[in-house]
Amino acid sequence: MKSLYIILSLLLFSTVVSHAQEKFLTKQGSVSFFSSAPVEDIKADNNQVLSIINTSNGTIAIAILMKSFMFEKSLMQEHFNENYVESDKYPKATFKGEVLNFDTLNQIEQEVTITGNITIHGVTKTLKTLAKISKTTDVISIQGSFTVKVADFNIEIPSLVVNNIAETIEVRFALDHKPYKK
Amino acid sequence: MKNLLYIIALFVMQLQVMAQDDLFDILDNEMPQAKNYVTSTFKGTRILNGHSIENRKKGTLEFVISHRFGRVNLGPEELYGLDQSNIRFAFEYGVFDDLMIGVGRSSFEKTYDGFFKYKVLKQSSGANSLPFSASLFGSVAYRSIDDFEPGKEPSESDRLTYTTQILLARKFSPGFSLQIMPSYIHRNSVKINDDPHDIFAVGIGGRVKLTKRIAVNGEYHYTVNPLASIDAKNSLAFGIDIETGGHVFQIILSNSITMIEKSFITESTDDFFEGDVHLGFNISRAFQFGKHKKRKLDNK
Repeated sequence: MKSLYIILSLLLFSTVVSHAQEKFLTKQGSVSFFSSAPVEDIKADNNQVLSIINTSNGTIAIAILMKSFMFEKSLMQEHFNENYVESDKYPKATFKGEVLNFDTLNQIEQEVTITGNITIHGVTKTLKTLAKISKTTDVISIQGSFTVKVADFNIEIPSLVVNNIAETIEVRFALDHKPYKK
Repeated sequence: MKNLLYIIALFVMQLQVMAQDDLFDILDNEMPQAKNYVTSTFKGTRILNGHSIENRKKGTLEFVISHRFGRVNLGPEELYGLDQSNIRFAFEYGVFDDLMIGVGRSSFEKTYDGFFKYKVLKQSSGANSLPFSASLFGSVAYRSIDDFEPGKEPSESDRLTYTTQILLARKFSPGFSLQIMPSYIHRNSVKINDDPHDIFAVGIGGRVKLTKRIAVNGEYHYTVNPLASIDAKNSLAFGIDIETGGHVFQIILSNSITMIEKSFITESTDDFFEGDVHLGFNISRAFQFGKHKKRKLDNK
């Protein structure tokens, strides 16, 4: 009889665990980047970013299809995919990390630190950035920005267009996660 | 009983571990399975002389200037042909992503031309993939030079020549693309009776990428029934594509001196292997009109 209690409590425990591991997902998160150089400013938007948060421990994973970045000039978009990020070879940029102090978050927007690894063009770097996060039972929204150095990701800027493309790119993100059900 | 408990405990722990990781697996499953169209089969809208499968996208206006100089083997007196030059300049515009039109003027026989190019099939990978792309190309050329004998002025329609091409291309790898283009050329008027009004030809072109921004191209057209009034040769060209941000610069060596289909396919008279080679280049500048359209969300 005692063992039956143990089994039951274990089963109960396991259901509690899986409940606590609820996940929040978005498939339409937006990520934009900006390059400001002497000759021109370049901006590209991607509104099909996938992001998922595990609310039990604050881990977050983001996947960005490079071909979904839309530029104002179509030739620029072609060159971005073909020559700079090489989308055929490296179709996705990813981020995997953790929202620090995730437990303390609530419906009031707070600024917290996110740390993790970002992979672009096949190169992985650690990233630490501040983000504004609010959390309710229906939505977890994360917003923020950070900068990346193009050269850090083995993306080469030819000398001919060195005045057209900035060495440091600003990346902005806005991700509204909804409860994820399988 | 104790053993069973251990097993259950282990099982529960394992479940926990499994559930904790692989957020990326979920993302992969949730990723929309959109068709992935192959892009940049060629760099420019021309392989060298003739059209490639590539279109300018919607709203892009391109100003194209092409030159073919005189024969390299004319020697130093003619500065290896650079003293002579044929030029074509043109405005070419992407009406839709798959349809482009253009008008041009060639100095050779003072010819005006208009063309359309429509992408019918797009090479793709993923669901329902297609191994190649196909475009339909049509052009009309108006020969405006007045070189007729007195009293034998051609009518307006006599001055027209039509070209129809089917362009079939496949990007085999990021570094290698191949295109085959059957061509049909119709002249409303010919110089002598032995000249065919309808000429059939088939061309082949390819590119090999050397670096991210430099590629080597080749293009050859075989004419089945060439013109009889001239010593017509098949058109052959080799060249290099250099991509420089806003545009593609092409340096060309060819036995053809003209830059429109009806002319270089059927009216080339120089022999490449006798050294009758012309240096040439294509250069273009693109302007974007209106915003590039946003991709619609694909919630498949």
